[in-house]
Amino acid sequence: MDNMKSIVKVGIADLNIVTAPDIIRTSGLGSCVGIVIYDLSKKIAGLAHIMLPDSTLAKRNSINTFKYADTAIDSLIEKLLQKGAKKYALKAKLAGGAEMFQFASPSEMMRIGPRNVDATKVKLKEYNIPIVAMDVGGNSGRTIEFNPATGELAIRTVNKELKTI
Amino acid sequence: MDFKQLSNEQLDVLREIGNIGAGNAATSMSAIINRKIEMEMPSVNIVAFDDLMDLIGGPDQPIVAIFIRIQGEAPGTVYFLLSIKEAEYLVREITNDPSFTLLDDQEPSKIAISALHEIGNILAGSYLSALSDFTNIMMQPSIPHLSIDMAGAVLTVGLLELSQVTDYAIVIDTTINDKDTSGIHGHFFLLPDPESFDKIFSALGIQHDG
Repeated sequence: MDNMKSIVKVGIADLNIVTAPDIIRTSGLGSCVGIVIYDLSKKIAGLAHIMLPDSTLAKRNSINTFKYADTAIDSLIEKLLQKGAKKYALKAKLAGGAEMFQFASPSEMMRIGPRNVDATKVKLKEYNIPIVAMDVGGNSGRTIEFNPATGELAIRTVNKELKTI
Repeated sequence: MDFKQLSNEQLDVLREIGNIGAGNAATSMSAIINRKIEMEMPSVNIVAFDDLMDLIGGPDQPIVAIFIRIQGEAPGTVYFLLSIKEAEYLVREITNDPSFTLLDDQEPSKIAISALHEIGNILAGSYLSALSDFTNIMMQPSIPHLSIDMAGAVLTVGLLELSQVTDYAIVIDTTINDKDTSGIHGHFFLLPDPESFDKIFSALGIQHDG
């Protein structure tokens, strides 16, 4: 048991960086997407909890860049590189993007889960960061925890077993 | 508009809205389970998104949520929220099935789910019709949607409209209590869309200077 290990928590529309032996967690992802970008050799990882796909959706000028897939990924990569991660070693894992309520006539806003996932994929492709594993879609909330030492992403839902990708 | 600069008068109006809506809903609830249901003074909170989840036990907390979109001139979202235990209690009362549980290994029965749906329908309907009468603004409820899941996951849906404009939500929170057994403490969360505040304030004759 490693007693020095602590858990860094990431809120909604927020992001943070963690190095081993610490782990990083975000709770209650619904349509939001948890984006983990990591460098396994340096045992460093960043986690962003994004709400919306695209910062051009913002209806005002001063935006919280951590809220949108595109701008949050920019910030996440910048912070990882500052902390010594190597760009060529970066890999990603994703979870979330569920549709929490089934609507008869889905408006664009209600399909936000899949749109968040799509926007995340597009942005990661721009950076040439491979998505190693993901657990997206469905209609369950997820709490996720990433361990930068092992590269494992643990995913918990309300009524299913813990799963690791 | 800057959510953080509501006047006392505006806050009073929002509190009154919570009062009237939940008061009507409490009466309906009381009729369903044939018990006295009391209502606490509504609170109007201006909260960051993370803090909204904390109002009901944190983003991880499993809850039973009935979600209704308000359509019409002043769109928004209403949630009726129960803890798992409270929802179980309510279903047991209504269906006379004392062994009913949620979130065990089995899928909840269709009757239980439809009972919860129906409760949501009735409560939200009475909440909104009171609101609509008071403000004279047409508010049409969508079909109620039920989700039994983590608070963070279900409440984010109601923040999506807001989140394009701001990082704060104005939540009008009213708790109703079953006085005899304290088996139920349901929360109503009313989350008006950003553009609806002006409509509500001007409908009630209050100047809005944002």
